[in-house]
Amino acid sequence: MCLAIPGQVLDIEGDDPLTRTGRVSFAGIVKRANLAYTPEARTGDYVLVHAGFALTVLDEQEALKTLAYLAEYEPEDLN
Amino acid sequence: MKHLDEYRDPATAHRYADAIARVTTRPWTLMEICGGQTHSIVRHGIDLMLPEGITLLHGPGCPVCVTPSGVIDAAIAISGRPGVIFCSFGDMLRVPGGAGSLLSAKARGADVRMVYSPLDAVAIARDNPDRQVVFFAIGFETTAPTTAMAVLQAEREGLTNFSMLVSHVLVPPAIEGLLSDPDNTVQGFLAAGHVCTVMGFWEYEPIAERFGIPIVVTGFEPVDLLQGILLCIKQLEEGRAEVENQYSRSVRRAGNEVAQLTLARVFAVQQQGWRGIGEIPASGLRLAPAYERFDALARFGGIEVAPDDPGECISGEILRGLKRPADCPAFGTRCTPEHPLGATMVSSEGTCAAYYRYRRSEAGSAPVAEATP
Ligand code: SF4
Repeated sequence: MCLAIPGQVLDIEGDDPLTRTGRVSFAGIVKRANLAYTPEARTGDYVLVHAGFALTVLDEQEALKTLAYLAEYEPEDLN
Repeated sequence: MKHLDEYRDPATAHRYADAIARVTTRPWTLMEICGGQTHSIVRHGIDLMLPEGITLLHGPGCPVCVTPSGVIDAAIAISGRPGVIFCSFGDMLRVPGGAGSLLSAKARGADVRMVYSPLDAVAIARDNPDRQVVFFAIGFETTAPTTAMAVLQAEREGLTNFSMLVSHVLVPPAIEGLLSDPDNTVQGFLAAGHVCTVMGFWEYEPIAERFGIPIVVTGFEPVDLLQGILLCIKQLEEGRAEVENQYSRSVRRAGNEVAQLTLARVFAVQQQGWRGIGEIPASGLRLAPAYERFDALARFGGIEVAPDDPGECISGEILRGLKRPADCPAFGTRCTPEHPLGATMVSSEGTCAAYYRYRRSEAGSAPVAEATP
């Protein structure tokens, strides 16, 4: 139910706060998503889409930190 | 797919499992709240990668599973009224109420339609001005903003033929309910990443403090889940009880404030029945007074929401982590995904369905304490 899928915003249509919509590519499959909850979303951003709505713009820096966590955490000899 | 595949790498997952084994000195019991996480854990065998003594209990976070059977019966009754088009997320269609499912109502001639977004239901209302279009608004805080926006768009367009049957549920009161139960064995929580994407995690800080329990906001992919488990066990081993955020690419402490403001405008918090669990104070949403005209129960009238009758289904105990599917005598015999007795067997996020699909061979001999090797 709470499944949300990351996709990249290809372009954005309209500027009405309730109906602003983006075309979002999910690894090549393109769907429309309402951007009312992500007024900061821009073309090229990755958003997390649930039930036709982008709920957040994914943070690339934080993604890199998460992926680097293990390398920092593991003792030297295991790297 | 970017932002997914990186978190599915088996080699990384195994390094996490090793890291967890190195920090673990004692048995601990954790619970993941979200049914999506339950599905991912059972599917990828994440619980089987953990050291002996680490138990993962599966929580009540499947909105389909906790929607009361009386509400499903009300949905079926509404779908049978003349001229109604009843729209629902697909997961809900096969869930049995006390009197069949929405799918069986459809087979009897009701116009029941599966939609992907609540906005699809608004579009159907726009295209069918002579019909009454009802949307079954279920889900946690992740989904509630999408149904709130459907109401706002229907209001904007002046649609008088759109309404919703609302049965939204909220996570923090359910966590408090579990922790207040004298039978509780959960020592640490993995909080649901997408609920927190909307709500942030400030709501969880007083819970962690009051109950002295670590809560780690966690994503859905194998590496996310293993990292969340590692952070949670590290807290337990170090005697800390904090809210930590594993899923920081999506979740900020404050959450999505536009969505929270919209929720506060469209909905009001109310006491809510959870299927198999019972009433939990302040754990559900109803339409706020300014939007009550979109309430399907008020619009159609004369429909009583009957109290839950679980029959022989023990999903209430399963949703609270007290029992596992194998403890249910009906599991895999009288109750299967084709002929479900309870909602936890229908939804792909239901614990019974996940065990039926991925663990059937061993489930017959897996009591709670031995379910993790
Ligand atoms: S196996 Fe079926 S009857 Fe038993 S608890 Fe699960 S859903 Fe209910």
